[in-house]
Amino acid sequence: MAEKTLLRLEDLKLHFRTTQGIVQAVDGVNFSLGYNEAVVVLGESGCGKSSLAKAILRLLPRNVATYSGKVFINDIDVMQLDDEEFRRNVRWLMMSLVPQAAMNSLNPVLKVGDQVAEPMMVHHGVKREEALNTARTMFQHVGVPEAFLDRYAFELSGGMRQRVAIAMSLVTSPALVILDEPTSALDVLTQANIFNVLKRLKRELETSFILITHDIATSSELADSVAVMYAGQIVEVSDAKNFFSAPLHPYSQKLMASVPRLRAEQEPDFITGRPPSLLNLPTGCRFKDRCPFRMERCEEDPPMVAKDRRLVKCWLHV
Amino acid sequence: MAVNIEKEEKLIPSKKTKDDVLLSIQDLHVWFELRRFGFGHAGYVRAVDNVSFDLRYGEAVAVVGESGCGKSSLMKSILGLNKPTKGRILFDGKDINTLDTRGWHWYRRQVGYVQQDPFGALAPFMTIQRILEEPLIVNGVKDHVEREARVRKAMEEVKLYPADDFLTKYPHMLSGGQQQRIVIARAMILEPKLIVADEPVSMLDASVRVEILKLLRGLQESHNLAMIYITHDLSTVRYFSERIFVMYAGNIVEKSPVGDLLKHAAHPYTDALLTATSDPDSRNAETFKEIPPGEPPSLVSPPSGCRFHPRCPRRIDNLCDIEVPPEFDIAANHVAACWLYK
Repeated sequence: MAEKTLLRLEDLKLHFRTTQGIVQAVDGVNFSLGYNEAVVVLGESGCGKSSLAKAILRLLPRNVATYSGKVFINDIDVMQLDDEEFRRNVRWLMMSLVPQAAMNSLNPVLKVGDQVAEPMMVHHGVKREEALNTARTMFQHVGVPEAFLDRYAFELSGGMRQRVAIAMSLVTSPALVILDEPTSALDVLTQANIFNVLKRLKRELETSFILITHDIATSSELADSVAVMYAGQIVEVSDAKNFFSAPLHPYSQKLMASVPRLRAEQEPDFITGRPPSLLNLPTGCRFKDRCPFRMERCEEDPPMVAKDRRLVKCWLHV
Repeated sequence: MAVNIEKEEKLIPSKKTKDDVLLSIQDLHVWFELRRFGFGHAGYVRAVDNVSFDLRYGEAVAVVGESGCGKSSLMKSILGLNKPTKGRILFDGKDINTLDTRGWHWYRRQVGYVQQDPFGALAPFMTIQRILEEPLIVNGVKDHVEREARVRKAMEEVKLYPADDFLTKYPHMLSGGQQQRIVIARAMILEPKLIVADEPVSMLDASVRVEILKLLRGLQESHNLAMIYITHDLSTVRYFSERIFVMYAGNIVEKSPVGDLLKHAAHPYTDALLTATSDPDSRNAETFKEIPPGEPPSLVSPPSGCRFHPRCPRRIDNLCDIEVPPEFDIAANHVAACWLYK
């Protein structure tokens, strides 16, 4: 982890109230992220990845049961701010979001240039012409022709719309951009192009990224470090180099083994069983029912253990 | 023209080996007419253009391509949902587009279809038992004891046991992986000779995908089924098929055995697809990938000559942009439609 931290989460919790009970979508997440660093949050669907993004950005639905913990940005606890202060001072200015299926989140009746310029006008209070100029620069960064500023979303292909959504998230030059499954709906070549764009942005604008995905193979295109999420908790945090060659947590190992590989002779394996329901979580280690290394101690909740500057939540490494 | 299939089937009991051709696609064109104001002619969408291949008994092939390359139109023509504009589809030597009603009944029993989105493919108001019984009822299995036995057998084949736990449930009560197993069981229940699987795992979670693909592969081998596996994900292909067809803008640009294609991709488009597919490796983050710029062309007015030429890094001027490349031999069973190999 880098010396200076841009974002630090301490015991972040987000629980939802439903008719069937409390859903513990994010349950005690800790991690930190440095400047110009990209962290990938990996996990199966329903493990709380997208809820984590919502919790960081405080984009909460109405049925929240618990929302607690600390979110530090530049060592300032933004959880102390009220909603209006948070909206004014944090969202867009410090961090922004590229939502899931972002290409379908564009407004169909506005020109894409105006949409990209809008956060600039709202948050920096600049004139439309100036905001459009910034939007033009951002279009260059993400590789969209400038002429597209005057087009509508339906006139663009999926890949171009995705680039526009990324340009929009960057226009106010936030230090952190959260990408929620940015390429899962795109074709292989377009996906590779988008990752080229993200890599270039990371070098040119020194932005930090949180990339939320279940696609392990493509996530390695951007990752400096990896956080693995399972049933609402982070079970491993590691730098990318060590993670992709030798993951520590049994769940991470299984997850890595399930990736079909193009260039290595390795039969992919699968994880038996299903993740537990977030409504009714088991006590102790949440992975124990699917774990090949299950021991007696797994009935107790494992601590987060530091090992060679990596963190792993498993009794095997205590 | 129409032949009495059932009579013929009884006369010649089919004993086919791996070398016999099951499905033969000959010079297939599927064009959709565009209308202006509802009646004026406004050109064609050339979804499938000049596609030919043979599929043998018990052989699994993968059709790889991006969205809009015509793989779904090809699949629908094989299922008999699209009428070809030109060309023939021969199944067991019979042209499927000359079949009469009884012939179609016969053909639909021979071909199973595994849909992309399992939840969308299962009727929400039917129990699992009803869903799996439906094809049997339609095809005249009147004895309900036999039907139940076959339903249970199919559930066992897709490893959903104990069957009693599932039979009375509705699709929404199952997980995505279990739903896809039901879809596979339904495709298998009439004991077809060919399975067409349209992106069978793209809607599923990464950890479940391999499980479903292994299940399909196991069934394909144990029942000696021919299988067409349609996908955009090259990394899964090598484990689940023997041959790959790569499609681009309505054409098949390369046909090859799996191992050969991954080692020596001949067509520049195949090469680009392979480059774009990542393996989990932290070194990926340090390099940029060389991906051809642009997007696949419109199928209404595709580029002249080779349809990939506007994006191709190795294009030969005054050739690729004028003449359509024929298929050139690269190695045994390996052909590529590219002027680089003339």
